[in-house]
Amino acid sequence: MNFGFTEEQNLLREQVARFMQEVCPISKVREVAQSANGFDAALWQRAAELGWLGLTIPEKHGGIGLKWIDLTVVLEESARGLSPLPIVSQALAAAAILRCGTASQQAQWLPPMARGEAVYTLALYDDPNWIDPAAVTLTAKRTQDGIVVNGTKAFVCDAMAANYYLIAVRVEEELALTAVPRDSVSVTAQPCMDTTKPMASVQFDEVSLPADAVLPLSTTDLSYLTDLGAVAITAEMVGAAEAALHMTTEYAKDRIQFGKPIGRYQGVKHRLADIYVDVESFKSLLYFAAWTVDDSPDELPRAISLAKGYASDAFAEIGIDGIGLHGAIGFTAEYDIQLYLKRSKWARPMYGDSDYHLDRVAALGGL
Amino acid sequence: MDFEYSDSEVAFREEVRNFLRENLPPKAERDRNFLSTWLAEVRARGWVGFSWPKQFGGSDGGLIEQTILKEEMALAKAPPLGSSFMGLAWVGPGIMQYGTQAQKERFIPDILDSKVTWCTGYSEPNHGSDLASIQCKAVRDGDHYVVNGQKTWTSGASWSDWIILLTRTRFDADAKHQGITCLLVPMDAEGLEVRPIENMAGDRHFAEVFFTDVKVPVDQRLGAEGEGWSVTVSALANERSSIGEVTAMFGKLDTLKELVRSTTKQGKPATQDLKTRRTLAMFEAKIAAMKYNGLRYLTKQINGEPLTSETSVNKLHRASLEIEMDDFAVELCGQAGLQLPGGDNAIHNGRWAKASLSWPNVVIGGGTPNIQRNIIAERLLGLPKD
Ligand SMILES: Cc1cc2nc3c(=O)[nH]c(=O)nc-3n(C[C@H](O)[C@H](O)[C@H](O)COP(=O)(O)OP(=O)(O)OC[C@H]3O[C@@H](n4cnc5c(N)ncnc54)[C@H](O)[C@@H]3O)c2cc1C
Repeated sequence: MNFGFTEEQNLLREQVARFMQEVCPISKVREVAQSANGFDAALWQRAAELGWLGLTIPEKHGGIGLKWIDLTVVLEESARGLSPLPIVSQALAAAAILRCGTASQQAQWLPPMARGEAVYTLALYDDPNWIDPAAVTLTAKRTQDGIVVNGTKAFVCDAMAANYYLIAVRVEEELALTAVPRDSVSVTAQPCMDTTKPMASVQFDEVSLPADAVLPLSTTDLSYLTDLGAVAITAEMVGAAEAALHMTTEYAKDRIQFGKPIGRYQGVKHRLADIYVDVESFKSLLYFAAWTVDDSPDELPRAISLAKGYASDAFAEIGIDGIGLHGAIGFTAEYDIQLYLKRSKWARPMYGDSDYHLDRVAALGGL
Repeated sequence: MDFEYSDSEVAFREEVRNFLRENLPPKAERDRNFLSTWLAEVRARGWVGFSWPKQFGGSDGGLIEQTILKEEMALAKAPPLGSSFMGLAWVGPGIMQYGTQAQKERFIPDILDSKVTWCTGYSEPNHGSDLASIQCKAVRDGDHYVVNGQKTWTSGASWSDWIILLTRTRFDADAKHQGITCLLVPMDAEGLEVRPIENMAGDRHFAEVFFTDVKVPVDQRLGAEGEGWSVTVSALANERSSIGEVTAMFGKLDTLKELVRSTTKQGKPATQDLKTRRTLAMFEAKIAAMKYNGLRYLTKQINGEPLTSETSVNKLHRASLEIEMDDFAVELCGQAGLQLPGGDNAIHNGRWAKASLSWPNVVIGGGTPNIQRNIIAERLLGLPKD
């Protein structure tokens, strides 16, 4: 029985933390987020060299062959500094290819992903707020040598940065994933709250895709990939929420009003204590969920729904109170706490909001 | 990270389970002697004071085995392992750490053998959260202290044999927590009077305890004169993992789910009510969080890292769940939820109604939520003190 991290995982954590401080501080994050594609190729290459892009890709495909609990360390630590790197998108696409792809598709697509030469993203649902196979509505027609896709995938993360899209489609009542290169679709960036998590719509105009670019997607696969998405997002929420707590706590120690640091007043300190309780708690739930991915997959659905069900609303409140406890300065664009509020809003619906996850907990618990 | 247990830990769990199968009959089949037999049996196995050093009659049990023992006992809804909860929880550990050899020999075996029951005389009418300000006075007179003053909210005072008492021996100390002295006093001492207090649920668990010229021999002082505050603090820090509580709370959640399955709300099955489903799921998330928080803190302890005030995190969850879960059941059942044990339509024989009047046992008794928040804010987040 050991619910702690290994020496290697602790070193990985330190490595990511150093990277965020030295190579990708918040000034850099802001710069990347304001750039046209919200993407910085040089940072991406650095991440590839450090092995983070192939962390969960098997060694035979050029990756490091580690587990989701290791990826969790990278996501948590990089989200502390609101990293704009599309590591979540890349990792989810890799997981989809590993789960649904043939041996030759894996051999073809995974090595360039691990090397950072390809940026992939995954888009499952078309409905903005529904986790269900029926919420995949983009249709494709089967042809002699593949499929033809017509229509729009409205919500695609990191779509401006990606050069491949792994898109869920409905082919004559069956679900499938299809790998689409950037140059065969048109992509429109959407103005969104959290510019460190760029979102775009991807439009398909009679796009023909060969049979070897199509992967079967069962409803179990869909549910599994959704759960992995929730693991990844919640891991980022842990790091970001802890950073927001830290930033607000430090401010409360320094800011003097009525002759005392505001952190002495219980209206402030007790709210910070409650935030500490929440972050500790969804962190513990998330670590367990991330562990189940590779070591006890049967437990994953309940474990991740407990974690994301708790975290989604708790982090949203932390985002709001982070600003409130700063006062007006927290409202200014220049001050960083507001970036965390935006992240909390972004993370809330991703791969299921608290209503979805808590209702699923109830269902899995026999209600 | 792994959740596997070693072979010897698995074997230990099996041993506990086998024992429970053989020695814990269903409630209806328990006779008058059951409890004393039970206490003797668990004592014979070394499970009372399981973590205490062997030299004091404990078993030097490891952290994981302790967790397994607590978990299995809670799963089986077994009675406590000793008759003196406070004796085992902090009086015994306090005596082992601060007591003289003679005190250890005199008091420890009786706690382990469930021969003596202890109560705790810390709180006073004017000093609850601010415990370090207590005023109950002890004056040295030769080989005795003479105690005058009052304690209150003393749980179990009516049926306890001994009290661990915080007194003030100096009134001119620089800091209020200096000048506090800890005494061990028999409840039948002359000049000691117990007046039970009825609580809102109708129970008489706690009491006022009055001291009028009570003579306490100096050899019943625990720790040095003026060292009473350290004795208290380190004794209270002895509380360990919350796994027993967590297991019991998962059990309570299961009972709540059964209740929801058999209840209607506005004429429809309560299982279809979204708020009901969500509330239960959030209970489950918080209890699970307590479990995994506990395991993370346990791992820290196993690795030799000191635990500071992390246990306050689970205490806050426990406090809010204690109120919310019973309250949820009562509200779910409408007017039937209001009926106490004995009512024709009482739910689960009035268990929830009664419990919804008893939450202060947990929520106030062990230090209030506001005090836990102060602890987290000041010790874990480093915010300035009140
Ligand atoms: C069922 C039960 C059993 C008990 N058993 C025992 C026992 O066996 N032995 C024993 O010694 N004591 C016992 N107690 C007493 C218990 O320890 C005290 O009730 C507790 O410490 C709170 O003290 P108080 O009741 O005086 O409330 P107070 O300290 O007066 O607090 C009143 C309110 O003010 C708040 N408050 C106080 N100080 C602060 C602060 N600095 N910041 C913010 N809020 C604050 C509290 O949170 C609370 O809400 C028991 C209590 C109960 C309810």
